[in-house]
Amino acid sequence: MLRTLIVFLGLGLAALAAGLWITRPVTLPEAQFASLTGDAARGETVFYASGCASCHTAPESDNKLSLPGGQTFETEFGVFVAPNISSHPDAGIGAWTLVEFASAVKKGTSPDGKHYYPVFPYGSYARMTDADVTDLWAFMQTLPAEAQENAPHQLGFPFSIRASLGGWKLLFAGDAWVHPADTPVLERGRYLVEALGHCGECHTPRNALGGLDTAAWMSGAPNPSGRGTIPGLLPPEFGWSETDVAYYLESGFTPDFDSAGGKMASVIENTAKLSPEDRAAIAAYISALGG
Amino acid sequence: MPRLSILLAVSCAAVVAGSAFAGGHGGNPAVKARKAHMQLYAFNLGTLGAMAKGEIEYDAGAASAAANNLAAVASLNQMAYWVPGTSSDDLPDESRALPAIWEEGSKAGEIGASFAEAAAALAAVAGDGKDAMAGAMGAVGKGCGDCHKAYRAPNN
Repeated sequence: MLRTLIVFLGLGLAALAAGLWITRPVTLPEAQFASLTGDAARGETVFYASGCASCHTAPESDNKLSLPGGQTFETEFGVFVAPNISSHPDAGIGAWTLVEFASAVKKGTSPDGKHYYPVFPYGSYARMTDADVTDLWAFMQTLPAEAQENAPHQLGFPFSIRASLGGWKLLFAGDAWVHPADTPVLERGRYLVEALGHCGECHTPRNALGGLDTAAWMSGAPNPSGRGTIPGLLPPEFGWSETDVAYYLESGFTPDFDSAGGKMASVIENTAKLSPEDRAAIAAYISALGG
Repeated sequence: MPRLSILLAVSCAAVVAGSAFAGGHGGNPAVKARKAHMQLYAFNLGTLGAMAKGEIEYDAGAASAAANNLAAVASLNQMAYWVPGTSSDDLPDESRALPAIWEEGSKAGEIGASFAEAAAALAAVAGDGKDAMAGAMGAVGKGCGDCHKAYRAPNN
C-alpha cells in the first residue's frame, strides 16, 4: 500500500518535472548568431515592418523613435502595459546581448529566463530570420535612451502565473507558415504579413485560450480592445484589388476614400515607410488569401 | 384586380416617400453636416486617388479642380457643426466622434489646421504632373489618419 503510494507520488512528481521541463522558457543558442553582424540601415526597415513603435511609444506620442513604453492594452485576461524597449541600460533593453534580444523576439523568453505574455507577438516574430533580428537589434541600439520605469501588468489569477505560458507556447507559437506562397513576391509578402507585420494577431480570431485560430486565418475578429470588429481580408466580402491594398498601405485611403483610423492608422504610418515593392508584395499575399 | 395593383403602387410609393423623408430629416443636423463634409473630401480625393493609382489617366485640369475643391472644403469654418453634445457617447447610433475631441488637451483643431495646409499645398501642385500630385497626397492622407487614429470610434 505504502509502496503503491510512493510509486504514484514519484510518478506524479516526474510528470510535473517533465511538464515544467517541456514548457520551460527557451532561449536561442549563442552559436546561431556568432557569424552575424547587424546592419542598422537594414534594421530600420525591419523596425517599421515589424511595427515595434505602434505599441512601445509613450501613449499618444507620434515619435516612433522614442520607446519608453507605457501604453496600456485592456484584454479579457487583464491589463497589459508595454515596457520600455529603448536603449537605456537599466530602464530599457540597452544592456541586453543580441542573443537575449533574439530569444525575446523569437521565443518570448526574457533575459532572466521568464516567459513573456503573447500580447508581445513573438508567435508571429518566431518566423523572423536571424539576419533580420540581428539588423533590428543594430538599429534599436541607435535609438535614444529613455529613463521611464516599467509599470507592472494588472492580471488576475490564473493569468498572473507565467509558468503556464510554456503550455500556451507549445500549443500556439510555432514558426510554421500559415498560407502557401509559390512565387518570390508571394514569399516576401507572406514574410511581411505573417512574420514581421504580425497582421494575423488582430485580423484572425482567437480561441478560448487566446491562441490564433489558423483555420480561420485573416477572416476578421472582434476588436480585442472593445467596440467594433477587425475586418476580414478574405474574398468575397473583402473585394479590394491589389492596387487598392497597396495604395491603402501607402496613403491610408480605402477604395472609397475613407481613411484608416484607430490602430490601423498607426500601421499605415509604418507601411508608408516601406518600399513600393514591399507594399506590392503584401498586397499580392492578401489578394491570394482564400484561394 | 387592377384596384389591387393601384393599392400596391400607392403603398409602395408611400413607403419610399416615408424613407426619403426619414433620410432627409432624421438625425442630428451637426453630425449630418460633418458626414457631408467628409463626403466632399472623399469625392474629390476619389478623383485624385484614381489618377495616383493609375485607374484613370492623369489630367491636370481635373486634378487641379478636385484639389482646389478639397482645399476649399478644408478651409471652411466648421465650428458650428463640431459642437459639444454630439460625440459617440452622446449619440452612439449616429456619431463616431470620440469625446476626446472636446476634452482638455485635444489636438483635433491643430490636426485640422495642418490638414488644411496640406490640402492647400496639394492644390498648388496638383496641376504640375502626376508625380507632384501623388507626392503631395501623402501629407493629406497623414492628416486624415492623424485625426481618425485618435478621435474616431471604430465602425459598428
